[in-house]
Amino acid sequence: MTTTDIPAPAARKPAATAAPKRRLKRESQGPAWVFLSPWVLGAIVLTLLPMAVSLYLSFTDYDLFSPPRWVGLRNYVQMFTEDPRYWRSVLTTLTYVVIAVPLQLALALVVALALKPMRRGKGFYRSAFYAPSLLGASMSIALVWRAVFNDGGTVDNLLGTGGWVNKPGWALLAVALLTVWQFGAPMVIFLAGLQQIPGELYEAAAVDGAGKWRQFLSVTVPMLSPVLFFNLVLQTIQAFQVFTPAFAIGAGKGGPADSTLVYTLYLYDRGFVASHMGYASAMAWVLLIVIGGVTAVLFRTSRSWVFYASEGDR
Amino acid sequence: MTTTTTPVVRKPVAWGRIALHVGCLAALLVMLYPLAWLLATSLKPADEVIASLDLLPSRLEWSNYSTALDGVNDVSIWRLLSNSLLIAGGAVLGNVISCSLAAYAFARLRFRFRGPLFAFMIATIMLPHHAVLIPQYIIFNQLGLVNTYWPLILPKFLATEAFFVFLIVQFMRGLPRELEEAARIDGCGPFRSFFKVVLPLTRPALITTAIFTFIWTWNDFFTQLIYLFDPDKFTLTLALRSFVDASSTSAFGPMFAMSVIALLPIVLFFLAFQRLLVEGMASSGLKG
Repeated sequence: MTTTDIPAPAARKPAATAAPKRRLKRESQGPAWVFLSPWVLGAIVLTLLPMAVSLYLSFTDYDLFSPPRWVGLRNYVQMFTEDPRYWRSVLTTLTYVVIAVPLQLALALVVALALKPMRRGKGFYRSAFYAPSLLGASMSIALVWRAVFNDGGTVDNLLGTGGWVNKPGWALLAVALLTVWQFGAPMVIFLAGLQQIPGELYEAAAVDGAGKWRQFLSVTVPMLSPVLFFNLVLQTIQAFQVFTPAFAIGAGKGGPADSTLVYTLYLYDRGFVASHMGYASAMAWVLLIVIGGVTAVLFRTSRSWVFYASEGDR
Repeated sequence: MTTTTTPVVRKPVAWGRIALHVGCLAALLVMLYPLAWLLATSLKPADEVIASLDLLPSRLEWSNYSTALDGVNDVSIWRLLSNSLLIAGGAVLGNVISCSLAAYAFARLRFRFRGPLFAFMIATIMLPHHAVLIPQYIIFNQLGLVNTYWPLILPKFLATEAFFVFLIVQFMRGLPRELEEAARIDGCGPFRSFFKVVLPLTRPALITTAIFTFIWTWNDFFTQLIYLFDPDKFTLTLALRSFVDASSTSAFGPMFAMSVIALLPIVLFFLAFQRLLVEGMASSGLKG
């Protein structure tokens, strides 16, 4: 940081008033960087540098043992035009995201709305519904899921479906339901958001003759929209990266017939099973761009439906 | 607050409330079923696992647990358990130290590029792990650290989990500045005021960080899957992986006994800290 001593020409003007402040600023710089040093080191060595390297590797053929060989856009071309399993994994992931995220958020919202007016037992329900969010990420529960949805498992006995885990059309639904089952985390955030809504708004709406449904649409939905947006972005990003339940339910290979071969599972397969690190890097970069793109689209559309209360003051 | 003055005469209104409780309890029963199933199956004799439709076993087969205690691939469960504990413990220590240091700088100190760096830190929360995974693997591979615990623990000491930096920043911003200013006047530098004033007050956020780190690391499967191959070095989660391919029902009892053992720490943490976990979740928006 040698450049700190040269002030920009424009900054010279208010020198008389800003000088003591700036000295204070410079004084406290040293300790700040000491506090920040682990993070800076991590950000450079474990985030920025790897991102650059994985971008580079995505244009190479690399198997970990011989040096990377530059192949230009070969990996991308192969991915998009010659690899049906790649598209299969894209489609599987999108299907999973479209099923799991809306269902999970809808359930989270319904339960949060049910718990909100409760006087007794609210704390108990809140904790109990939240528990699966912590347990569900484990391999233990993923194995339970596979057995419960298997041929002869509970769901088969109950619905006579003959076991979803072995049916290509149904196995992904079992994976999605495991995610939906973990609706407690967004539910807790919804509940916290609901409790922030001032009661006067509902009273005013009631005075104006609004029924329960009207109050929900005109008060709850707009007031809750920032929280809804937050949950939507977070759950969508996470859903794109689903791995453990698909691994367990698809017997480690995305089966049956690649029906649970989600994107990250195929990335793992290409990189760490087949040793095509260049190809896996290209997949990782596409995932990065897609998640960035989806997040950007969500942010863009949010302007039309997310309502921030503070905007009214402007 | 007109709603609190309910007249005593109108008792029957409580029906709606009762219906709500019944609905919630019914939903809970469905949700907790997989856990009950897990517990019951871990105690079932082999011939009842699939054949019997009853949830409860006809007799308790404790031998499932003694089989589970023998472990997998000739590695005892104590070994797996201590491996898991070592990794989770190292991750907790790393995250608490490095994230609180970075958070203090972001929340309280002034330095060049603070705005852009903070924005970058927030952006890394959304960064998919896979974008950095392969080069990280290559780095650790070059250093000869694959198949050791370093790749699982070292990144935590470098504050790579921005979630927690953000969580602690938010908490520190809520602390009154006057306390630090008083400490400054009494001659404390930023280091002493961090250790003596700010850190003790940040304890709730640090505990939340520690608990979530423990649970997430304990549950983590992907990172362990790619970095560890020696059965000796396996964690409980990874040992359960060997059951993924096996679909023979004869191993079901011991497999689910082991699953119960693997879940036990999380259940205990949850029971002990449920209030803290739920509040931490609500205030920060962290995913469980």
